Amino acid sequence: MKKLYRSILSFVSVLALVFSFGTANAKVEGDTIVLGAAVSLTGKYSTNGEHTKNGYDLAVKRINDMGGVKVGGKSYKFKVIYYDDESNSKRAAQLAERLIKQDGVKYMLGPYSSGLTKAIAPVTEENKVPMVEANGASRSLFTKGYKYLFAVLSPANQYLEVAIDLAVEKNGGKPVRIAQAFEQDAFSQDVRIGVMEAAERTKSKIVIDDKLPKELNDMAATLAKVKAVKPDVLVVSGHSKGALTAIRQISEMKVDVPMLAMTHCDASKLAAQHGDKSEFALCASQWHKTLTYKDKFFGDGMKYDADFTKAYGYAPPYQAAESSAALLVYKDAFERANSFDTKKVRDALAKTEMQTFYGNIKFGSGGQNTAKPMVLFQVMCKSGKCENVVVAPTKWAAAELIHPIPPWSKR
Amino acid sequence: MDFLVFQIPALTAQAILDGVLLGILFALIAYGMALQWGVMNIINIAQGELVIMGGYIAYFMYQAGIHPAWGIFVSPVIMFFVGVIIYKLVINKVVDRDMFISILATFGISILMMQLMNFGFGSDVVVAQSDFGTTMLFNNSVTLPNSKIFSAVVSILCAIVLTIYMKKSKLGRAIRATAQNARAAKILGVDTEKVYASTFGINAALCGVAGALVAITFTLHPYVGLPYTVRSFMIVIVAGLGNLPGVAISGMSLGVFEEFADYLLGTEFRIATVFFLLVLILLYRRFKLAKKREYLK
Repeated sequence: MKKLYRSILSFVSVLALVFSFGTANAKVEGDTIVLGAAVSLTGKYSTNGEHTKNGYDLAVKRINDMGGVKVGGKSYKFKVIYYDDESNSKRAAQLAERLIKQDGVKYMLGPYSSGLTKAIAPVTEENKVPMVEANGASRSLFTKGYKYLFAVLSPANQYLEVAIDLAVEKNGGKPVRIAQAFEQDAFSQDVRIGVMEAAERTKSKIVIDDKLPKELNDMAATLAKVKAVKPDVLVVSGHSKGALTAIRQISEMKVDVPMLAMTHCDASKLAAQHGDKSEFALCASQWHKTLTYKDKFFGDGMKYDADFTKAYGYAPPYQAAESSAALLVYKDAFERANSFDTKKVRDALAKTEMQTFYGNIKFGSGGQNTAKPMVLFQVMCKSGKCENVVVAPTKWAAAELIHPIPPWSKR
Repeated sequence: MDFLVFQIPALTAQAILDGVLLGILFALIAYGMALQWGVMNIINIAQGELVIMGGYIAYFMYQAGIHPAWGIFVSPVIMFFVGVIIYKLVINKVVDRDMFISILATFGISILMMQLMNFGFGSDVVVAQSDFGTTMLFNNSVTLPNSKIFSAVVSILCAIVLTIYMKKSKLGRAIRATAQNARAAKILGVDTEKVYASTFGINAALCGVAGALVAITFTLHPYVGLPYTVRSFMIVIVAGLGNLPGVAISGMSLGVFEEFADYLLGTEFRIATVFFLLVLILLYRRFKLAKKREYLK
């Protein structure tokens, strides 16, 4: 009995030893800084999950190739441990626990989507592990008082505010009549809050306010109302499905509206899938390759676009660009902290103020990026070839906004 | 409550026509469900996924440069075999069991199909362009996409062909015989196993046609099958089994009901009203059954 007891004891202590080594070494193994990320490689977010991972990977490779991260006079390389969260928020939270508790990861990168980021944030917060995320824009992430969460992207409520301001500006500064249709999910409802605030600020009137269920693939009723009520601007947000359904049915039902503003145009490959039917649609975007922000790793947006296309065979959507920016933020923070202590890295992150090819980055008290405005691009077509051209804010505009949208009878 | 729909006559007309056209397409999917429910006593939860898979066939034809409308011929052929394979692999093991087991089995198939489609075709939302144009009515105040009209016409034609086939062909008669009394049909020499396989195949083929129509009218992605399952289930519940005109009428009424619910209560209550109606009808059915006295002797 004593022998058995002794062997169990020694087994447990060996196990404890292995684990303690695991946690002590995992954050920095030799000359490698290990980051952890749960991204959606399967399930309904798998496409955007892949963009996220490709964005991370490209930046990791670039930073490592250009000398890595310098801490305490020594050069370190980045390495990311990925797990597939299956597009499932419960799974994402479990994997975050696993990355932190079992793999000993001390620095996290965000998953794809607001929903999954919301699931992971309490875990990283509880364990005091900094997380720089690039794909969770929901405003509620930044109102919970999280201290270890940093987002390089603009919060969701800013997505379509610019569009309302633009509509008012085009209306000679007078209030406009707004028709809006938003999916009932965290992200789209945050976009709706932004539009509502902009409407209040400009004294504009909401004439149609539809909430689209997640399963919906038919917007005919909303659009028929738009035809009858004739608003000055139609705002739609419902992820890729919402954008594609809206353009399909607007073109088929010949709905004439002076301004159409949407989200997820590039994620849904709107211009490629719908061609000139999507022409004149205004789309909110976190980033566009023609913006002139610069950094020493990727140069500018155009160079990033070329490098990404060369590496992965397709042009980077903004989901990839913002993911790459997250790594640049980490590198900057590690070097300023000049330490691997999570508390010091967190404090350095909070003081971030830098420019990347993706935009300026400075974190507000809730962790959101306050230094980068959203941009609006308009789909413009020339002899059958459609392109996204930035039209607002004026500082970045590459072309004049076409307003009002010509009626279908003349298109 | 927003009564805009009744204040503008063009909106009322638009709502009714949209509802009818939508309903006819749903009726086609429901007909397949009613058929195999009636014959095999199986509620197929994977109905919507069969539709979406059929839609992807049309989408891939579109990608290859073929007009997606041709999918209404290609899709059912491929989907028939998919249906037969699913039957041989899973359904034949649950066909004479408890209905609950068949629901579980088809639920499993539905999840598997979603994941396989996601794995094979990606999770992007896709559309196939038919470029059929638009029909304008009443001085352009009512606009009907021709793709929806095309869907309705094809669905009606499909239903007619299937009704004739069921009445006249040998297999059709065997299917009807099996639906009435499987044991008696077996004794009289009907190969019920073959009948079951064909029925499931025919259902999948109908879903294939519907899928091709969905591809040119709505959007496709691997996880969008459920609304089609729910609506066809609802239509079958209202119409009863083996009642084709009933399925058609119930489909169209449901379509119109949904459209009006959308206008009156708001888009967010659209699906909720469908479920509410389902509960009401089930309660009514129960009430009617309770009135009919039956004694066990």
